[in-house]
Amino acid sequence: MTGGLNLLIALAMGLNLVALASSRLPSVIRAAATQGMVLGLLPLLLEQEFHWMVGLVSVGTVVVKGFVIPHLLRRALRAANIDREMEPLLGFIPSLLLGAGATIGAVALGGALPLRPEHANSLLVPGAFATVVCGFLLLMGRAKAISQVCGYLILENGIFLFGLLLIRTTPLIVEAGILLDLTVAVFVIGIIVDRIQREFDTLDTRKLTSLKE
Amino acid sequence: MRELALIAIPLLAAVGAFVWSKERTRPWLLPVAGTVHTAMAFWLMAKPPTLKADAWFGLDPVARAVLPMVSVLFLVCSVYAVAYLRIRAERKNRVFVTALLVLLGLLSLALQAQSLGLLWVAAEGATLMTVPLLHFNRTARAFEATWKYLLVGGTGIALSLLGSFCLGYSSLHGGGGGDLTFSALTSQGDALSRPWLVAAWVLLLAGYGTKMGLAPMHTWKPDAYGEAPGVVGALLAGGMTTVAFVAILRVKQVVDAAGAGAMTERTLLAFGLFSMLVAALFLLGTPDFKRMLAYSSVEHMGILTVGAALGGMGIWAALFHVWNNSLTKGALFLSAGNIRRAAGGRTVDEVAGMAWLAPRSARILVAGLLAITACPPFGPFFSELRIVRTAFETGSVWTAAAFLGCLLLAFFGLTRLVFAIVDGRPRAAARAQGRLFRETAGVIVPPLIFLGCSLWLGLATPSLLRETWDAAARLLSPRP
Repeated sequence: MTGGLNLLIALAMGLNLVALASSRLPSVIRAAATQGMVLGLLPLLLEQEFHWMVGLVSVGTVVVKGFVIPHLLRRALRAANIDREMEPLLGFIPSLLLGAGATIGAVALGGALPLRPEHANSLLVPGAFATVVCGFLLLMGRAKAISQVCGYLILENGIFLFGLLLIRTTPLIVEAGILLDLTVAVFVIGIIVDRIQREFDTLDTRKLTSLKE
Repeated sequence: MRELALIAIPLLAAVGAFVWSKERTRPWLLPVAGTVHTAMAFWLMAKPPTLKADAWFGLDPVARAVLPMVSVLFLVCSVYAVAYLRIRAERKNRVFVTALLVLLGLLSLALQAQSLGLLWVAAEGATLMTVPLLHFNRTARAFEATWKYLLVGGTGIALSLLGSFCLGYSSLHGGGGGDLTFSALTSQGDALSRPWLVAAWVLLLAGYGTKMGLAPMHTWKPDAYGEAPGVVGALLAGGMTTVAFVAILRVKQVVDAAGAGAMTERTLLAFGLFSMLVAALFLLGTPDFKRMLAYSSVEHMGILTVGAALGGMGIWAALFHVWNNSLTKGALFLSAGNIRRAAGGRTVDEVAGMAWLAPRSARILVAGLLAITACPPFGPFFSELRIVRTAFETGSVWTAAAFLGCLLLAFFGLTRLVFAIVDGRPRAAARAQGRLFRETAGVIVPPLIFLGCSLWLGLATPSLLRETWDAAARLLSPRP
């Protein structure tokens, strides 16, 4: 069981680096979407016996993160008629190196923190920390609104991964609420992206500079 | 189950507002819901319901000490909102009114949440609900502010979720059953796993500190408060920040019970004083009077945090200051909104002589300025005095000195800006604009009521309020 779990988490960690290294926005969206779908499968692997709430969270995650959100983002992309992140605030190679460093650091940190015996051999904690840091890098290192949204999604994926540590004990209603909030968040972000595009005729957030001291 | 009504009433009113078809009469749902909510909140404050030990939700002493303030704030703001939406009749108000009511429901839920997970869900929902409120004006600047709010606020809220999970794991590792209610976590005491507890405190403080607007995570605040309508600014500065502050207080209680009180006090003190200093320095520099209110809010969040760091009587003073700050800020935001509309500008270069163009609003702004900079006999003077006294009593003389120094700097910054726009000769462009703006009762009475509340809290703090703050401070800081 742990073998399959770790394989999927390692895949998610690899997708972090793919998202950090690619300059084409559709590939960033695809990386975030694939990662969301991979994570959606994990609750099913973690539970020994099938519970309908776990199934619901799993299906909900795959549908929302794998299909609904990427669809919204691709639509915004078509409307804005952009394809590439031309001048990132943090270059692709430096961000890839930082991401790889963060992944190694997360594995070391996961080894240093006290874990319950059933989590000791899994990559859950390192995977979660690595994904959170990579999401942050994407959020702060890119200038296009779409890339920033993808960064936010990857950050949320990392937190979701961490939440799986608690899935056996915390009531699943909380997970359901979190998923709902995330959906609404991205929906709202999508609308704002759309409005920014219409108002400024660009999705480059560097143009958003009229508010400052 | 009476406390459930505090959430159900605004949410039902929100559904009503959404299906209501008349643009002109829809805003009246706001004061109606506000009145019922306020009456309910004060009734529950006087006769608190009993709280089950493992309840996820309920009116515990902390919620009881601050929730009625949010009700009053909303009620008075809602009266102003009716007048405001009449002036802005060219904008559709369906989404605005609905979002305001949902926001009130979610704030009531977040203040009453007894579980870390529920608190997060409510705080996140409230954050999202403010988005349509912030870009009500649909200007390019409003979109920019909304985008920054979403990005910074969203990241903050994500960090607090990660922190909540870390605290949950800390409890699980210490043998807990995964019950994330504050009472269960507190009763675990020092069984909580220490490394995870420290991680949780750092993440939760950063996350909810972002929502509260503590420096250096305050960057969204000037943009959002600067571009939002006055009503929204008042509700954010008085309601949303209170939710985040209460969240930090509740987490601090858990971490203190686990024996890491020294760490929480040191970090809170550092964040509090740093916020006060940063805010005071920006207040000395900013030329925009709506952004000025945002920096003043950052400063007062710093004051609350210093109060919380001192513990015991400091927490009592911080709860007192939550009331004073929110209600006084209400007067400032609403009168500044009037001035903004009368002057058609927002910086000292464009706006001057408002004492002639909008005399009543200008007077309220000056009185509000005196109140917020802690001039007696307004409420903020007494709560800040109590914080300084607590600092001296606990031997933190340097804290008191730094606290007073920052207050003085902020006083210079605020008075500089306020008198620059109130005095002087009105600009020619502003004169034409000023004639279009009428200071009707609808836009003057609400800020006056806020000023009256601030004065009343200072001169004659009701004993019922004192008693609720006592109970909350005893719960949050069990030491004598």
